[in-house]
Amino acid sequence: MPPKLLEQLEEIDLYPDRADRIEMLIAIGEEFQNPTHDELPRSDSCRVPGCESEAYVALDGEGRLRIAIDNPQGISAMAMAQIILQGFASATQDEVRAVPEEIVYRVFGRELSMGKSMGLTGMVGMAKRTVLESA
Amino acid sequence: MSATVEISGIQDRGYAFPEALVSTDWVAEHQHDENVRLIESNEDPLLYSAGHIPGAVEIDWTRDLNDPLRRDYLDRSGFESLARRIGITPDTTLVFYGDKNNWWATYAAWVFHLFGHTNVKIIDGGRIKWLNEGRELTKDVPTYAPTEYLAADRDDATFRAYRDDVLKHLSKAGKLIDVRSPQEFDGTRLHMEAYPNEGALRGGHIPGAKNVPWAKAVNPETGEFLPAPALKELYETQSGLNPSDDVVVYCRIGERSSHTWFVLKYLLGYPQVRNYDGSWTEWGNTVGVPIER
Repeated sequence: MPPKLLEQLEEIDLYPDRADRIEMLIAIGEEFQNPTHDELPRSDSCRVPGCESEAYVALDGEGRLRIAIDNPQGISAMAMAQIILQGFASATQDEVRAVPEEIVYRVFGRELSMGKSMGLTGMVGMAKRTVLESA
Repeated sequence: MSATVEISGIQDRGYAFPEALVSTDWVAEHQHDENVRLIESNEDPLLYSAGHIPGAVEIDWTRDLNDPLRRDYLDRSGFESLARRIGITPDTTLVFYGDKNNWWATYAAWVFHLFGHTNVKIIDGGRIKWLNEGRELTKDVPTYAPTEYLAADRDDATFRAYRDDVLKHLSKAGKLIDVRSPQEFDGTRLHMEAYPNEGALRGGHIPGAKNVPWAKAVNPETGEFLPAPALKELYETQSGLNPSDDVVVYCRIGERSSHTWFVLKYLLGYPQVRNYDGSWTEWGNTVGVPIER
């Protein structure tokens, strides 16, 4: 697992209280900056399947992982995107390969609806594939 | 059809019970009324805390409405605790709203009906309409003085159908509306598109059911409910319902169908509509029940 991602997860673990956890995740989500269409052209091929927040994952021209969330109400998606972007930064291929999609439940808990689970785990999976296929 | 339907004021849409819907203007005027409680219910667990209508409380569909162990809803004691926590009495007007075209808001409203709290309204257009109109949101969580709420025992007969009720309903050729996607209805899929398989062993639908995906009742551009003539076209002309029918609605676990339950009961005024919350996750796994494809 990428050290930066592990560090973030361990920090999130420090907030077992639901209200505190939510506040923390909202703060993380508010740090997210949505890339412009020039920075990340939206297309079906890079759209996260199952994510109703219209999430897109791709590498930019400099090989950096970018994630777009085109739903202003998609605060959970924005939080997850920000965690992925920070956590995958400087990670090796092996470290990214080792990331389980189930980190979504470690972050948000098990009480997610089926739809929300699908969208968020799909984002993790697509970010992994995007990084690994670029090797 | 729905995308081209012009939405007018709630009172002009021909609903049987127009008072069951309120506009965002109404909410702005009444949000501080003592006898009105705004309740936000979302799929996204972060949305309420990220910003809600001032004065609104949150009801979470998993933590607040469902039994944590059994597949069932909260019992009377649990409902009374919930009512006390959000500071309501049996006379309080509850105004539900939420994300995803009020999908979870109508689900919460339906659960409140099981305990006899039928003085409920839905904000037409839901959370996104309030947001798109640039109206005020706050992160402040209101606190209300706890109340004494003595609820009735949960009534599972009037608004809820169990599997055995559905079997009896079938034997009388009762009307059924399946609100899932066409692919789930015809058995091509065992789950919503792009959603995981939740473990139904058989695909298809309950024999005789008509397929009307829940979101067809909503204008996709505004999130508002369609006017009554458009709803009648959908449910009566196209799907064969009559206003006097005893109707059972279902989906996968009873959440999408609560939206259609609200439409049929309040907007079209059907006197008997029950939501089969066991839905396809129960029916599609039950040994020996009839299935149609």
